[in-house]
Amino acid sequence: MNSPNPPSMDIDLLKGSSRPWWNRLLMSQEAWVALAILILGLIVSMISPKFATSGNLLNVFQNACFIAIMALGMTPVIIIGGIDISVGSILGMCAVTLGVLLNADVPIVIGILGALLMGILCGTVNGAIIAYFRLPPFIVTLATLSIGRSLALIITNNQVFYEFGQSTQSIIAIGGGYTFGLPNVVYALIVGLIVLHFLLTMTRWGRYLFAIGGNEPAARLAGIPVDLIKISAYAFSGFMVAVTAVFLVGWLGAVTNAIGTGYELQVIASTVIGGASLTGGTGSALGGAIGALLVEVIRNALLIAGVNPFWQGTFVGSFILAAVLLERIRSLRR
Amino acid sequence: MALLARLEHIVKDFGAVRALDNVSLDINEGEVLGLMGDNGAGKSTLVKTIAGNFQPTSGSFLFQGRPMSFSGPADARREGIEVVYQDLAICDNLTAAANVFLGREMMRRLGPLRVLDHGGMNSRAAELFRELKSETRPADLVNRMSGGQRQAVAIARTRLSRSRIVLMDEPTAAISVRQVAEVLALIRRMKDQGLSVILISHRMPDVFEVCDRVVVMRRGRKVADKMISQSSPEEVTGLITGAIQSA
Repeated sequence: MNSPNPPSMDIDLLKGSSRPWWNRLLMSQEAWVALAILILGLIVSMISPKFATSGNLLNVFQNACFIAIMALGMTPVIIIGGIDISVGSILGMCAVTLGVLLNADVPIVIGILGALLMGILCGTVNGAIIAYFRLPPFIVTLATLSIGRSLALIITNNQVFYEFGQSTQSIIAIGGGYTFGLPNVVYALIVGLIVLHFLLTMTRWGRYLFAIGGNEPAARLAGIPVDLIKISAYAFSGFMVAVTAVFLVGWLGAVTNAIGTGYELQVIASTVIGGASLTGGTGSALGGAIGALLVEVIRNALLIAGVNPFWQGTFVGSFILAAVLLERIRSLRR
Repeated sequence: MALLARLEHIVKDFGAVRALDNVSLDINEGEVLGLMGDNGAGKSTLVKTIAGNFQPTSGSFLFQGRPMSFSGPADARREGIEVVYQDLAICDNLTAAANVFLGREMMRRLGPLRVLDHGGMNSRAAELFRELKSETRPADLVNRMSGGQRQAVAIARTRLSRSRIVLMDEPTAAISVRQVAEVLALIRRMKDQGLSVILISHRMPDVFEVCDRVVVMRRGRKVADKMISQSSPEEVTGLITGAIQSA
């Protein structure tokens, strides 16, 4: 077959391959966010030598990982034009499940499996209600945000779990431990990043997510199982939240029923800064992760520069606005 | 011309509304059939019934001599019935090739996995666009394309498989004069290849230029079914508005 576009692995389904690489790089939100991180880092390094130490950078990276893994989960949901604001509560449910199971002295594998299943279950419930009852995702996940937090309180009866029986050592080693000099959660993020990028660019599932976000009726007409794909996107989000819960519990060494409260805003902010549009149809694996890193760098930079922490929200909010404006400008240039 | 499909006494009710009232219709091989009627006359319902989007309340559909019962458009497509929708049913955020293959992507092996064959789909789409004499580039995003190029994407979709009937819902409604000529030429090319085309249109000149036979619907009923050579735009207009009851 004679083709004007030779077959290759790196054909990006979202961009015409006719543009030169530097143009495509300038067009990508991820590149702009990376640049912002770099510039911010340089400025803070000049203000304080404490920023660019390996200890601090590792700390930033570790903190960013928790939000970044959840942002990876949020990305397919936002690509289909949905939203999941219940991720903080799902995190609470998964952490409590893990806490209760480990407290009952079950093997760590069972505890982790239980937490992962709880995450998938919560996501599936969200997705099923949204897909089959055709209700707006914002309202449905607002409801499950409330329900999830309340159930976490009921299950724990407002007590804190810090006794994990036979698994105490292993859960803390998973969440707080290092492998080859890097926190374990970093590897979880990297694996998640690669897997999601593969799913989005190389599989039918990924292709159908974009199709649903671009034109849902057209996707239905093409015979795509839209409802099932939608449910799977929310289930995937739930699963990634559960993965985060396992590492977060190990890192904190305790399960409180308030764990994860307010995380949904950081997660959504990360995906939006990374270039996903809330109207659906766009988004990338790298975008959510790098967005989370920017948010964490901003927080850390302000702290180190000695700025009153009350200013953090203002800065993060400004970056959200800047990211959305940048997205708008880029879509006008297209 | 050999009989390809036959609708017998099709009735379709939506609650208390009878959208199709006892419609019978023959579709012959290699024939371009013009389907005309005012808004709400039942054209789209009829087409969606043939395409498997709707299940008829009563009546039967014979395709190549066999009775058919489709539970969705995928069933109809498997039998060789393709639709080009009025709004073209295209995803703006995907490339032309991705749209052409939407729902039936080409896959290739990558170790133990099966992954999207981007290169294969791009080159196959490029071939289809060349056949259609369209300048559409497979790896371009659809949201940057002209009306004619979008039309080519929608039509290329139907050429992927061994289709027998192509249903076209107002393909010339929103495009320029030059592009209308392109689409009509394309319909003739499909007919030459032995395909049956059902053309839903409001545009009388298009129907009289390209169709062999015209069927007129009014308020859910078929009020006329005759060869183009034995009809006239005046007669069809009268049938659509109800000035002529039936012919």
